[in-house]
Amino acid sequence: MTPQQMWIAYYTMLRNEIVRILRIWSQTILPPVVTSSLYFIVFGAFIGSQISSIDGFSYMQFIVPGLIMMSVITSAYSNTVSTFYFAKWIHTLDEMLVSPMPEWLIILGYVSGGVMRGLIVGVVVLLVSLFFTHLAIFNVFVLVAAILLTSVLFALGGLINGVFAKGFDGISIVPTFVLTPLTYLGGVFYSVHSLPPLWQTVSLFNPILYMVNAFRYGFLGVSDIPLWQCFGVLLLFMAIFLGVLGYLFRRGIGVRN
Amino acid sequence: MNAIEVKDLRKTYTGTKGQGNVEALKGVTLTVSEGDFFALLGPNGAGKTTIIGILTSLVNKTSGEAHIFGADIEKDRSLAKTYIGLVPQEFNFNIFEKVIDIVTTQAGFYGMPRKEAIHRADELLKDLGLWDKRNVPSQALSGGMKRRLMIARGLVHAPKLLILDEPTAGVDVEMRHDMWTFLRKLNEQGTTIVLTTHYLEEAEALCRNIAIINKGSIVVNESMKQLLESRGHAKLEEIYLDLIKQEKPS
Repeated sequence: MTPQQMWIAYYTMLRNEIVRILRIWSQTILPPVVTSSLYFIVFGAFIGSQISSIDGFSYMQFIVPGLIMMSVITSAYSNTVSTFYFAKWIHTLDEMLVSPMPEWLIILGYVSGGVMRGLIVGVVVLLVSLFFTHLAIFNVFVLVAAILLTSVLFALGGLINGVFAKGFDGISIVPTFVLTPLTYLGGVFYSVHSLPPLWQTVSLFNPILYMVNAFRYGFLGVSDIPLWQCFGVLLLFMAIFLGVLGYLFRRGIGVRN
Repeated sequence: MNAIEVKDLRKTYTGTKGQGNVEALKGVTLTVSEGDFFALLGPNGAGKTTIIGILTSLVNKTSGEAHIFGADIEKDRSLAKTYIGLVPQEFNFNIFEKVIDIVTTQAGFYGMPRKEAIHRADELLKDLGLWDKRNVPSQALSGGMKRRLMIARGLVHAPKLLILDEPTAGVDVEMRHDMWTFLRKLNEQGTTIVLTTHYLEEAEALCRNIAIINKGSIVVNESMKQLLESRGHAKLEEIYLDLIKQEKPS
């Protein structure tokens, strides 16, 4: 395929995915927005008003970046895991595999779809949060880099899950039993400095802590973790996930027969 | 040049949970000439779909070689795949998508610009009698229309080789004959066609050359005319049953 043909193939995949996300917005965009709004009301407005400031910010301002990141992570992950598994299940994936598209382009197409959904949801949740609190941006580059890399990472993770999934149960196990606990324990609702020393150390093994803190730094200019460590962890996991996916697609594991 | 050249192709499916391995292809060697209308016949589980799967990169071969118009399916995979249009056995499109979108999306996967893809899709949908259904979700189509949609999708990038895996299964007699006319015309225009079917009269009516596969091995590979003449002008069905029975263990 020529570079122009590859671009057309990639654009075809991405356009289809964006059309799908927007067509079924009540399934793809609305649920995380409703969930986040409930968090803003319950934790931010009701409970948050009883909590003193953290690092000089109101509790609501402190949790908003984490809640946006939580929605981005869940949306990017669930988009790739569900679309890829569905494509395998109804064999529309075969039509991509018989086409001359190289494997890396198929991966890129799926990941871009997940990133698009993550970003759309992130922006909508951010807009909703402005009804509840005032937010200033401390560093726009850190903010954009953190949200973009995180959505890429979890779109890659969702794709790996989709490759291994053998049934619809298989696409919900990781989000329910791994992603949700890690997100809740990833410093969305609290600063890890408020934890006892043992749990502070344990928290450092949670990769989501680094992403939430990088994003929070972009908004508030405060982070529990040095910024270079946050992006280091993000890039490390991205490299691992890319390597795993490249291997799976090249060998056809979970993709071809 | 040969459209397909397969040499000593083997495929063993690894058994899971204590099941033994299944040797689906036991060293298949096969040649399909450019411009041919070729029948690949055999009972269920004989290995037809496995051969098609390997040629189209949906199945990993265990060993052997396969070339499509001279392009090695492993070394020149991308090039080999540009030559092939596949119409699989099972309906495999998104039932919520519109007919026109299913065809143009496939064209996009081959790198065809959107304008050209729409033009090409329109042509094919007209030729296959689906023009008035182009904006209908595919779930609203009848079985025969879905089969024709699969053919339109397989042809959208104008492949030199069209592989049809039981394209007329479940299609009524009238529509089947319409599809035969369409496929004959396509073959006359230069497209090489490989057909697998369980309707032997279909293979007899359409194909010039034939291979019969049973239990992973080719048992017959010759011209249709030769095969029928060598058996005293018997019906293909009789010859087929004869060959398959010979291969069965007593």
